[in-house]
Amino acid sequence: MLPQVAVTIVFFFWPAFESLRLSFFRTSPFGDRQVFVGLENFVRLLSAPDYYQAIANTFVFALGVTGIGVGAGLLVAALATQHIRGLAAYRTALLWPYGIAPPVAGIIFLFIFHPSYGVLPYWLSFVTTYEVNWLLKGWVAMTLVIVATAWTHVGYNIAFFLAGLLAIPTSVMEAASVDGAGGLRRFRSIVFPLLSPITFYLVVVNLIFSFFGSFGVIKAVTQGGPGNATEIMVYKVYKDGFIGLNLGSSAAQSVMLMIVVIGLTALQFKFLEKKVTY
Amino acid sequence: MTRFMRYGTALALVLVMVATTAPAYAQKTEIHFWHAMGGQLGETVGELVRQFNASQGEFEVKALQKGTYPETLTAAIAAYRQKNPPHIVQVFDVGTQTMLSSGAVYPVFQLLKEQEVAVSWGDFIKPVTGYYSKDGNLYSMPFNSSSPILYYNKDAFRKAKLDPEKPPKTWKEVGDFSKAIIAAGGSKCGITTSWPSWSMLENTFPWHDQPFATNDNGYKGLDTKLLINGEFGQKHIGQLAAWQKEGIYSYGGRMGQPDPKFINGDCAMLVQSSAVIGGFKKSVKFDWGTGQLPHWGAPYKKQNAIVGGGTLWVMKGRKPAEYKGVAQFMKFISDPHQQMWWSVTTGYVPITQTAIKNLESGYHFKKNPEQWTALSQLSGAPTKNSQGVRLGNFPQIRDAIEAELENIFAGKKSAKEGLAAAVAKGNDILKEFAAANKP
Repeated sequence: MLPQVAVTIVFFFWPAFESLRLSFFRTSPFGDRQVFVGLENFVRLLSAPDYYQAIANTFVFALGVTGIGVGAGLLVAALATQHIRGLAAYRTALLWPYGIAPPVAGIIFLFIFHPSYGVLPYWLSFVTTYEVNWLLKGWVAMTLVIVATAWTHVGYNIAFFLAGLLAIPTSVMEAASVDGAGGLRRFRSIVFPLLSPITFYLVVVNLIFSFFGSFGVIKAVTQGGPGNATEIMVYKVYKDGFIGLNLGSSAAQSVMLMIVVIGLTALQFKFLEKKVTY
Repeated sequence: MTRFMRYGTALALVLVMVATTAPAYAQKTEIHFWHAMGGQLGETVGELVRQFNASQGEFEVKALQKGTYPETLTAAIAAYRQKNPPHIVQVFDVGTQTMLSSGAVYPVFQLLKEQEVAVSWGDFIKPVTGYYSKDGNLYSMPFNSSSPILYYNKDAFRKAKLDPEKPPKTWKEVGDFSKAIIAAGGSKCGITTSWPSWSMLENTFPWHDQPFATNDNGYKGLDTKLLINGEFGQKHIGQLAAWQKEGIYSYGGRMGQPDPKFINGDCAMLVQSSAVIGGFKKSVKFDWGTGQLPHWGAPYKKQNAIVGGGTLWVMKGRKPAEYKGVAQFMKFISDPHQQMWWSVTTGYVPITQTAIKNLESGYHFKKNPEQWTALSQLSGAPTKNSQGVRLGNFPQIRDAIEAELENIFAGKKSAKEGLAAAVAKGNDILKEFAAANKP
């Protein structure tokens, strides 16, 4: 027990407390001068239009990643329960993307989609003169990072759904078939409710992941651009802290991010969980 | 495996490592040098360090690439705060004010004076010393200095029946030539630009003797404000935005991301740092040449471009004896012989008069005119508009400017609106920096 408490304190509470403390200070880049400024870092943040755009971007991004990731995960997992030859190989292959680090996934997507050197725009140029230039089109860039992030995480979702699907007793399904329920009906009335605890868990985890763990893809692919179209909160924390060397603002932003995520997770447990049948 | 065997293996490994590494460095003092040079440039830095290490037996410089420029700076700051900084760190041009205000550096002029190493500072060319000096003293050692030049595809020029030996001198010619080349099927687009803020604003303003910021571009104090949204800025960026619509200009992203557009023949012209000359000589398949950064012509005066790239900063907090080696390494890299070799291999400009003269007398620039192009933009006595740009938190300002340039080129904002937004954000960052660095 004691080692666990010690690890939690050293690696979680201490850094969190340090962020909280720094968010009330203005600190020079080299850390030699620290001035207490009260809530000024937060006031500056909340009076900057950029920050609201980052919040909006974050929600678009998180909902997109979670929607696509969980939806595609369920669909693919359902397909992977069929009786086909080489099923084990398919299942292993489906989990692979999860083993790829987000920055590497980002670089793979760059090589496919980059307007200057990507493979896909090159092939497209033979068919059409339309250019998918996400270096200037914000919504294309956002779609790209959402798909790339969802792709890295879909293997995780598939693994959970697959386990859930395989745990549904065949007798229940057979009984429903005998009663005349079709595939869709069986899914809606039996499979989906029985999967609901897993779905709920995955929605929560995917949302948290897209708030915090999505940094690597953004850094590798768009660096928040074009304009600030793909600048999500966690990327802005990095950018203002590590490139801008504005530690006070960066700390204030991570405190805000923490509040948003805790609030969001609490809301989900309060409202969404009622729909879950255990 | 039993526990005993595991520990035994680990112990053996440690012993082997100690045995193989210890004697080699036992007598030499290590000097840590963090830099941000990747690819061909990184190999050249490695070679430079090998030459220094072979030239004497007392010190061993260990060069380590820490990532991009911002990553290297952040790593050095983190190490300094942990009280274990590298002796030498390469910091990019826009990090200069941050370093000057940090109190963490050992000014290089002072280091060399205290270590009694003679360097003839007067030999360095003015735009370089101007950018990195404070009160007439060099605070960091100029290392890799470049200037943005125009690269053009001679084959595409020939296809459009343009003289392949005459790159466009003015922006008007850039437009005319581009139209001719696109019409003749020489390329899909006319021109693209790497490092958009650096090449199109930070350099284009001094090149036309226009002020980039108040306080003599930030040299005179911290309460500085940006001036890029005036008539000149709107004219230049507005033209690029109009050309983006017509397909003459093609925005290709930040940093060196647009380079492939030129290398694969999509765009006939590229504005990029002279630092890529060495790389282009290896990778570009077609016949190419270089010209000076295009100019708008009268009524604007033609001044000089500013340097980009990085300098080497010496950090405080190491043992006094080690700084003797640091001073020797600084002396070594500023030596005309090393400079010539470094410049010829990479495309960075030679930065001392002696190195330039020696290269000239060897007809180097006749044989390699592209290396003369960058240097020719740095000649003459700089004015207060063209000595450099010195802003606090400049990396963040550059990021804000580039985000707004993207909004302009995407047609979401006019040049006037976008530049005004960039100025507002930039001024806010400057205010924050001034407040955090109050003396």
